Amino acid sequence: MRDYEIVVVGGGPAGLAAAIEAKKNGASSILILERDRELGGILQQCIHNGFGLHIFKEQLTGPEYAERFIVEMQEMGIDYMVDTMVLEVGDDKRIHAMNPKEGYFIVQAKAVILSMGCRERTRGAISIPGYRPAGVFTAGTAQRYTNMEGYMPGKKVFILGSGDIGLIMARRMVLEGAEVIGVAEVLPFSGGLKRNIVQCLDDYNIPLYLSHTITEIRGRERLEGITVAKVDENRRPIIGTEKYYECDTLLLSVGLIPENELSRQAGIKINPTTSGPLVNESMETSIEGIFACGNVVHVHDLVDFVTEESRRAGLNAARYVKGELKAEGHSVDTQAGPGIVYIVPSKIRVDNIESSLDLFMRVNNVYHNAKLQLISGGQVFKEYKKKHLAPGEMEKIRLSKKQLQELGNDLQIKVVVEEVV
Amino acid sequence: MSVKSLTCIACPVGCQLEVTINGEDITVSGNACNRGPEYAVNELTNPTRVLTTTVAIKDGFLNRLPVNTNMEIPKGLLFEAMEIINKTLVVAPVKVRDVIIKDILGTGADVLASRSMSKK
Repeated sequence: MRDYEIVVVGGGPAGLAAAIEAKKNGASSILILERDRELGGILQQCIHNGFGLHIFKEQLTGPEYAERFIVEMQEMGIDYMVDTMVLEVGDDKRIHAMNPKEGYFIVQAKAVILSMGCRERTRGAISIPGYRPAGVFTAGTAQRYTNMEGYMPGKKVFILGSGDIGLIMARRMVLEGAEVIGVAEVLPFSGGLKRNIVQCLDDYNIPLYLSHTITEIRGRERLEGITVAKVDENRRPIIGTEKYYECDTLLLSVGLIPENELSRQAGIKINPTTSGPLVNESMETSIEGIFACGNVVHVHDLVDFVTEESRRAGLNAARYVKGELKAEGHSVDTQAGPGIVYIVPSKIRVDNIESSLDLFMRVNNVYHNAKLQLISGGQVFKEYKKKHLAPGEMEKIRLSKKQLQELGNDLQIKVVVEEVV
Repeated sequence: MSVKSLTCIACPVGCQLEVTINGEDITVSGNACNRGPEYAVNELTNPTRVLTTTVAIKDGFLNRLPVNTNMEIPKGLLFEAMEIINKTLVVAPVKVRDVIIKDILGTGADVLASRSMSKK
């Protein structure tokens, strides 16, 4: 059995940033275990630009963003294994894994960082009726085929779901010579970034059908066409609004789910709203010494925010190994109030904060001219005016250590509405 | 005179802009701040985009090498640029930011490798 101070499960942007930060903060032996054939995670297939504006103050492509971290990690002498599947993470911090070279093996860690990312929701998860022909892909699978393996998924494409991956793939398919006939979104608004709607759909005159869904998939061997219908406010198809579109490819961009099989197996408490582990200010889960960061905790809009959060996990895993994390003292429980879907972290142990803490949250609807209100001990503690709030755009509130010390044992955040759109 | 509507992406608010074009004269309404008109005028007179795509790579770790233009090129040239890129074959190994195509279509923009790729 091998021993490491810190084992990182998953070598995507979260795992890389956490490992580097742990090393910078004094952890001596770190091992990253990665399931894929190389490090970098999903960034390697995200060949579009727009990454790194916050962290590097420049626009990078996904692979370029990943490479900067991979190079830094290798220069620091952090160990890693690719093609390695983690089978189990024990609450005793023993990691059971296997790969083609070494077979089955166990690594004993003092601290574990979970950074497995997320997985796409599939056709099964949204139960579209109809035949099950070839030609129905999740958007991310199509992205991998196109950008890494060199295969075009099809010639005439329809996209269900207006999440960012779906929008990005609409543009990608058009540039590669396919025809994209439309994007349908079941909600009355898109969950994607505005920038992507403009630069991926509007630029290429691809129609976006809001409040629409697919009611039928046709074709026995290969997809032949789909039926799209308008939905009512309860997301039920409205009879008589059906329209048939011929297409050979359907891409699904219908949401991401944090991949927490290992976390659940370890007995870590999961937040049912995010499907990710409940974490405290140090990104530590309900099991002491097991940390989590990135999309395995909650799905982020920007990799830059994943990096920031993961650095916090790496720093605190190193502090934990050195015995510097305090379990006791003044603690604050956060609570998502009206209008807020969730807040990360769920618990703040104020003594562990060095200078400030970023709270991440999502709202449940589109709001204009609203306020984010912070309430502690029944009193309004602080208010932030927000011209624009949307579920597709994660909100971040930074509280200084001094402000955190002024809080009671609870902190509720809610949206105060002046106008709903 | 023509009227166009477009979404401003200067910030996440995404104002719905109404742009009235009267010869040389462009007036913008619907903007919440003064970045709106600037965005709209630029979009209507000289829209430019960074092109990100892939080229075929021989002997590479993967079948495709991601590339990007190192500056924005006119939006109207994107498909022409794709034709050139699609005819290009590079051979591994490649270093990130290696120039794959110099001065594509005379735009002054180079097409660069957006990652390093070792041999298979």
